[in-house]
Amino acid sequence: MAAVPPPPPEDTPLVAQQGPLRGWRPFGGVGGGVLFPQARLSGPTPWVIAIMVALTVVAAATGLALRHIANAAAVDVAGGVTVQIVEALPAQRQAQAQAALAALQPLVGVESVRLVPQAEVDQLLNPWLGMASGDGEMLPVPALIDVRLKSSANTRNLADLREVLASVAPAARVDAQSGWLAPVFDAIDSLRWLALAMVGLLAIALSAAVVLAARSALGAHHETIEIVHNLGGTDAQIARIFQRAIGLDALLGGAVGLTVGGMAVMVLGQRFGALGAGLVAGGALEWGDWLVIALVPLAAVVLAMVTARMTVLMNLRKML
Amino acid sequence: MSGAIARFENVGLRYGTDREVLCDVSFTLFAGQFYFLTGASGAGKSSLLRMLYLAQRPSRGVISLFGTDAVSLPRDRLPGFRRRIGVVYQDYRLVPHLSAFDNVALPLRMAGMDERDVARPVADMLAWVGLADRMAARPASLSGGEQQRVAIARAVIGRPELLVADEPTGNVDSDMAVKLLRLFEALNRLGTTVVVATHDMNLLQRLPDSLIMRLDKGKMSDPTGALRYPPKRQSPLGAGL
Repeated sequence: MAAVPPPPPEDTPLVAQQGPLRGWRPFGGVGGGVLFPQARLSGPTPWVIAIMVALTVVAAATGLALRHIANAAAVDVAGGVTVQIVEALPAQRQAQAQAALAALQPLVGVESVRLVPQAEVDQLLNPWLGMASGDGEMLPVPALIDVRLKSSANTRNLADLREVLASVAPAARVDAQSGWLAPVFDAIDSLRWLALAMVGLLAIALSAAVVLAARSALGAHHETIEIVHNLGGTDAQIARIFQRAIGLDALLGGAVGLTVGGMAVMVLGQRFGALGAGLVAGGALEWGDWLVIALVPLAAVVLAMVTARMTVLMNLRKML
Repeated sequence: MSGAIARFENVGLRYGTDREVLCDVSFTLFAGQFYFLTGASGAGKSSLLRMLYLAQRPSRGVISLFGTDAVSLPRDRLPGFRRRIGVVYQDYRLVPHLSAFDNVALPLRMAGMDERDVARPVADMLAWVGLADRMAARPASLSGGEQQRVAIARAVIGRPELLVADEPTGNVDSDMAVKLLRLFEALNRLGTTVVVATHDMNLLQRLPDSLIMRLDKGKMSDPTGALRYPPKRQSPLGAGL
């Protein structure tokens, strides 16, 4: 028969007399924040994140503005057709221009037709040709007719226009405005992709900074982690503390970065707005764009927390 | 065998490519017993204990803990087993930036205990080890004996089935060593299996009913016959293989 052990001393605390303690809830109580003390703003992490977020905000704003510019320009020129009357003799040029105008106006697919006044043509050419361009006798300049179609200009309706004009204005050349601006659209597209690539690269750089910060924190707290492990702490519990600390760093850095980046975007917007150029004016940011920009620091927080968690878990797996 | 809480069979341990620090170690720990592990410095006591509290895997052999093969235990199951084992280190291993209270509260908070329920048992435990008035003190401001008592309070507040102490009296004076031993004895009376590694023979004489294991150059000997003829006493907790 097994011997019955003597009763515990009377002063033994109740907790020691109860059954084994078990539980798996996240370790995040009062002790969680102080178990692995973080440097916060005195350390480099929030500042690095602030710089990344500020640059990302500028890159994202640039991408969004370029998208607006491209869309506005595309709408402007989609149905635009330019008819040039390339005729050296001024009298014949004028006669063919008027005939072309008269032939185009009644067409069903045409929304509007406008003969560009000579003064406007002179103003357009002035930067390149000087005041001499105003003298049609010395330097023949084609007459220009600006045509707006109801639909986008395409090969078929351009061919129809050419056919209509062939008999009344044989010197007419018909071109879609979108064709002339294609290189500009290509350049804008390239800049948009560049802005997107910048956002991606900054996200990678932010993740790399968080990986370094997390590894450094793990190294600094290696002994405490060992103690926590030996006391039965799980990797998930430890990772949660680190991911929360880095999340707070990212929140602080994100707020600073959004403020700085947002101010830079507003200043740049004002500067470009002051140019008064038609193409650039179409790039003004809307409320939806500002909402997207405001999401940048939140995305940074999520990215930083996920990266920190994965880094910590991967490193803890190397320990027993 | 019924009542066994841990079993080592032909366990060997080597670090890197060096010779084995532990060689063919075999023994069984029975629930509710008080064991002393003795041996000269460098005999392998700490290495053996590290395997017992799952901080080290053996190079070969079989280790069973609470009826489960601990050698092939997946890493994600280790915490559950570690919570059933309390550990007291010679160098205390308290978290230096936490107060005595927060150090002792650590296992409760890790177990997800509500913050409102933490204060009472921690205060009780610190009072039990004689540190009711040092709860807010950081380890650096505590003496060696006080730090060791905080470590003991931390080790037992989670109500472990097995308490492992590695030279717990190594850094304290003889009076404090006796006091600490009384704490271990009280816990053992509650049914906790206690393993204390020491090379202090005076300590062994103070607990004549304890069982002694001896390590000599990495090999286990059995001076009291406890390993060959296991005791009949059973633990009130009833853990067994």
